[in-house]
Amino acid sequence: MVRILGPIVGLGFVGVLLWSLMWGAIAFVQEPPKATAEHEFHKHPEKVDFSFNGPLGKFDQAQLQRGLQVYKEVCSACHSLRLVSFRDLTALGYTDGQAKTLAAEWSTETPSINPETGEPATRKSIASDRIPSPFPNEVAARAANNGALPPDLSLITKARHDGSNYVHALLTGYSAQPAALLKHFPEAKTGEGLHYNPYFANLNLAMAPPLTAEGQVSYADGTKPTVDQMAKDVSAFLTWTAEPKLQNRHRTGLAVLIFLVIFTGLTWMAYQNVWRDKKH
Amino acid sequence: MSFPWAEQYAPKHPFMRYMDEKLPLPRLVFNAVGGGYPVPRNLNYFWNFGVLAGAALMIQIITGIVLAMHYAANAGVAFDSVEHIMRDVNSGWLLRYAHANGASMFFIVVYLHIFRGLYYGSYKAPREMVWLLGLVIFLLMMATAFMGYVLPWGQMSFWGAKVITGLFGAIPLVGEPIQTWLLGGFAPDNAALNRFFSLHFLLPFVILGVIILHIWALHIPGSSNPTGVAVKGPQDTVPFHPYYTAKDGVGLGVFMIVFSLLLFFAPNFLGHADNYIPANPLSTPAHIVPEWYFWPFYAILRAFTVDFILPAKLWGVLAMFASILLLFFLPWLDKSPVRSGNYRPLFKKFFWFGLIPCVLILGYCGGAPAEEPYVMISQLASAYYFAHFLIILPIISKIERPLPLPNSITESVLAKHTDGTLGDATPAPAA
Repeated sequence: MVRILGPIVGLGFVGVLLWSLMWGAIAFVQEPPKATAEHEFHKHPEKVDFSFNGPLGKFDQAQLQRGLQVYKEVCSACHSLRLVSFRDLTALGYTDGQAKTLAAEWSTETPSINPETGEPATRKSIASDRIPSPFPNEVAARAANNGALPPDLSLITKARHDGSNYVHALLTGYSAQPAALLKHFPEAKTGEGLHYNPYFANLNLAMAPPLTAEGQVSYADGTKPTVDQMAKDVSAFLTWTAEPKLQNRHRTGLAVLIFLVIFTGLTWMAYQNVWRDKKH
Repeated sequence: MSFPWAEQYAPKHPFMRYMDEKLPLPRLVFNAVGGGYPVPRNLNYFWNFGVLAGAALMIQIITGIVLAMHYAANAGVAFDSVEHIMRDVNSGWLLRYAHANGASMFFIVVYLHIFRGLYYGSYKAPREMVWLLGLVIFLLMMATAFMGYVLPWGQMSFWGAKVITGLFGAIPLVGEPIQTWLLGGFAPDNAALNRFFSLHFLLPFVILGVIILHIWALHIPGSSNPTGVAVKGPQDTVPFHPYYTAKDGVGLGVFMIVFSLLLFFAPNFLGHADNYIPANPLSTPAHIVPEWYFWPFYAILRAFTVDFILPAKLWGVLAMFASILLLFFLPWLDKSPVRSGNYRPLFKKFFWFGLIPCVLILGYCGGAPAEEPYVMISQLASAYYFAHFLIILPIISKIERPLPLPNSITESVLAKHTDGTLGDATPAPAA
């Protein structure tokens, strides 16, 4: 039974597949897929030489502090960092006291209620608070940004392909639309309120170039605040916010691998020993 | 059951003798994976993957139980509870990455285990039941993995759940009510997330139960071997312990090294970036793709693009389920009495140059966007997939002239060594 029904069912599926293939091929020949502006002009981020790259990479604490400064002075005007608490910032080399001060002096306060009346209010943040968001809710965020929602940045370097390089490339990648693009794809002209950036998936994003001039922030450690440097620093910082346990992971991984290589060597020797007198 | 020459369990310590009388659990273990299970002496490393799959399941169960202590199955907080595990739970990052990559490792070893079975004819008599139970385990694994991927409640979780439950919507007339019933709503939401969590916790233990049946069924005829020739006498076998426990130890070490490389140095390599974006029913990702281990089936699903009597979507759903269900009929589709692909020249060619590239191509296309030329390539590869199992294999098994088989396992082992001895106390039988 199986040997009769099997081939019949098989021929059915093969037939329908080849039928689909034929129509697909006809459509492909008659109307080849059109090139799109995204396809032609989208760029993949260039690799940045971050200190945390590679299997034994570590964060550069000074760079993370600079990145926090860029986030605080530039990005935090629109973007939240809702998964990070002030106390977490001690991992950047700050003392508990400094983390408390950072919390108390943060430009936005933490939502709260008035203890007397129960009315909505805000209060100064403490170290255990999450970093307060710049907007109270999504509607307010969209209203202030021309309808666009600035995404939360806590996980952004993991939520985009090749994220650490991507953030750096995006921040430094704004440019005028290439003439070739406008010539071949006039309909892809960057719209009102949008900005051309070849690293963005559809080439046009609502965010205006946030890092525009050297010296936009002034670094306390004397590092020259070029746009490229600020972009690198904030990408490194956002890599830390997305993967705060990265160093821990690398270190544990190394120890585990050393153990496993020795363990596997021993099992190999045990195996040789056990099978010594058995041909197989 | 076992071969008559199997070692007998003989407890020496009085306590163990007492136990053996009251509850012979040590005897069961001894006969299952100890010295009491005679195994062909010529197994190669492809026979390690069953034990490795068992180890992978254990890793998943242990990490999963601890994760469940910290995870909250509620659409409002699920995403953040996973991030809580990653940031605040002690070694939570290790548990979660081990669980996520452990699932990939589980599928890698199970796929190798299945292809071992396909090449060496492990599905054939007298081991049909072992094969059928293995396929049941595979189906349960797929269901478990799918529901597990929904739990972090990221974008791919949500949209994956929507697409996969949408497959049931392709069933004529009753499709949509079934989909609504499965989800507990019109789209994936809290009801779906909760039931997926409940089932995701339950199914691994069901898998464990079916694995016991799988091993039980295997121990009736005993393990097959690379020649496919049946065991004929004591010189053909060695006790499972210490011979194969030692060999599986090596396999386990290599498995753990590969697992650790993935877990510690590229934990998100096999995942999709979109799943770090919280689920948003109002924003559809540009490309919805499942996890890599479903890509070949996803390619088959999407290969049907033209309505032919039935709607194209229904064809895709039928074909995707058929691509797995047809494996249940394999023992009766391939009637060649020779088990091992080593002695089947024609089968071997179609296996290495047909089936393997076909499955790899399907996997690649399943992960690629649904555009040309990937759709046309998946159509060709899917057509070959069905043709291979349902048309080519039955024909091969009729027309093929297999190579001469060795008379016994021992003879095949001796042929590899020039000195003509087995090296152990067992005398080589006269030729």
